[in-house]
Amino acid sequence: MSSNGSPLLEVKGISKFFGSVIALKDVSMFVRAGEVTCLLGDNGAGKSTLIKTLSGVYRADEGEYLFEGEPMDFRSPRDALERGIATVYQDLAMIPLLSIWRNFFLGSEPTRGWGPFRRYDVEYATATTRGELSKMGIDIRDPDQPVGTLSGGERQSVAIARAVHFGAKVLILDEPTASLGVKQAGVVLRYIVQAKQRGIGVIFISHNPHHAYPVGDHFVILRRGQVYGDFTRNKLALEGLVQMMAGGEELENLAHELERAAAGGAAAEDLRKAAALLEAETGTREDREPPPGPAPRPGG
Amino acid sequence: MATETAPPPAVARDERVRRVRLVSRLLSRPELGAVVGLVVVWTFFAVVAFDNNFVSWSATAAILNRSAPLGILAVAVALLMIAGEFDLSIGSILGFSGMAIMLLVTPEAAGGFGWSLWPAILVALSLAVLTGLVNGWLVITTRLPSFIITLGTLFIFRGLTVAITRLRTNRTQLGNLDEVPGFDLTRKLFAAKLTLFGTNFNVSILWWVGLTLLATWVLLRTRQGNWIFGTGGAVDAARNVGVPVRAVKMALFLTTATAGFLVAAIQAVEFTGADTLRGQGQEFQAIIAAVVGGCLLTGGYGSAVGASVGALIFGLVQQGIVITGIQGDWYQVFIGGVLVVAVILNNFVRLKAAARR
Repeated sequence: MSSNGSPLLEVKGISKFFGSVIALKDVSMFVRAGEVTCLLGDNGAGKSTLIKTLSGVYRADEGEYLFEGEPMDFRSPRDALERGIATVYQDLAMIPLLSIWRNFFLGSEPTRGWGPFRRYDVEYATATTRGELSKMGIDIRDPDQPVGTLSGGERQSVAIARAVHFGAKVLILDEPTASLGVKQAGVVLRYIVQAKQRGIGVIFISHNPHHAYPVGDHFVILRRGQVYGDFTRNKLALEGLVQMMAGGEELENLAHELERAAAGGAAAEDLRKAAALLEAETGTREDREPPPGPAPRPGG
Repeated sequence: MATETAPPPAVARDERVRRVRLVSRLLSRPELGAVVGLVVVWTFFAVVAFDNNFVSWSATAAILNRSAPLGILAVAVALLMIAGEFDLSIGSILGFSGMAIMLLVTPEAAGGFGWSLWPAILVALSLAVLTGLVNGWLVITTRLPSFIITLGTLFIFRGLTVAITRLRTNRTQLGNLDEVPGFDLTRKLFAAKLTLFGTNFNVSILWWVGLTLLATWVLLRTRQGNWIFGTGGAVDAARNVGVPVRAVKMALFLTTATAGFLVAAIQAVEFTGADTLRGQGQEFQAIIAAVVGGCLLTGGYGSAVGASVGALIFGLVQQGIVITGIQGDWYQVFIGGVLVVAVILNNFVRLKAAARR
């Protein structure tokens, strides 16, 4: 997988400060063409700041940003987009009341004719939308239907197809599976693999190691604004990833603490159960964030 | 993933889905509610006022003549509403532009400037554009809701109109436009009467229809139309994909101001004068017409044809009440009722359109 040498996009030792807050400290990561780099981390780990730095919203205070080997200094997301770095945000990808084809070409509409008769080439837009989506394996019934009628997974997929169509070389996906059910998430993961097979470098941000592991080539784990580790897939098992994601040893400590409390406390049985559940969770539970405390979450 | 691998049941299901979709497709047209409303209101008056000759060319001409000025305003307001903004000052801009024309052409002896008509019209147009620039600039730079900004400019522009007119002429109405050089040509352009079927139709109806068609074409068949929908639908998403949202908003504030000017010119020529209070309340009627025509108050959805039909409903009710001989006081009750029903209907339609299958 990591055969084609040099990285397509790379950041070296970047830091970002907001006043006295150190949001990112000395973070390095990269993605190669045709690979998926997964960026994993808990809430507050600095994922959003890193994405915004990569996509051109923020400028890093320290460090280097290299794209195709050249140093970059993006002033806006538009700059990054023009170089081929496309970001698909979780909620800001689509306009619900607008039809699929209008969404697909929003901001880059194809036109026909000249002068005052220059008009939106509707036939081309609808045909291309249908074609591009079917190339990604998305079968839409009618490009005229509003995006709001699509499911969350389909919406993300259309956004990905759009980025690919407009020549993205690097695709940054901000938690594309976070609010999706198991089946829907599967659909999106399939398009991530499709994009990768078309030679695009994908940076896939996720809370969920179970979504990241099957598609990722390597995994960058972010904790408290720093890179905790960068692992290639063959050197890491899913269990290890889950452990690191959840902040492994901290959870174990918490479990032990709960057990001690349970031994002497009045609600001993309940707490013992909670501790057992917690231990089990660090290994197998599918969830997008580590449990905030001993209380099992509703429906969990 | 595995659901698409069973052909026979999929075909059967597909057919059922299609039938349902045809209905929801019709429902998803923004102007549907207004067209239904138009038919209902017209039928009502056709039955109630049949003996008063409601179903006739002369009554139809009267309805269209009444609807045209509001229709011009409503189309512009609809475009702006689709882009997610309001212009409450359009009625004040109307009054301001009309008075600007009159002040410029009124003889110096009477406190005016004594210009001839065409320069006065061009300067009044520039002033109207300036009011649009003020609205757009304030909304874009402050990022405050345009509802509040243009509520403020509603009073500012109206106040300026009243204050300046009274300061210069000591009056609130100016007339005698027909004595000004150049009046004949402007009359042909803005206030000609077209005699058809033995009755008089105002040329403003052509302006109204033409602008509705133009706005519809822009909305549905140009990139700028796509940007208008995008700006109102989700401004951040639109900006992220490169839509110049500020330019879109500015252009539409200029459009509403220009529409205000156009109606001012039409009415000044038609009535050969202007009143400082002309256009008062028109901002709300234009918004109501746009909403009745399917525009969402939240933006991102609506149609120019719908807004025109909404304005036509206004004209229909006004004229219907006159013809029927119902007390004019009931007009407001009627219009308010139409608005509430339209909003409820639109909300229902939008939920249907946006609902997951």
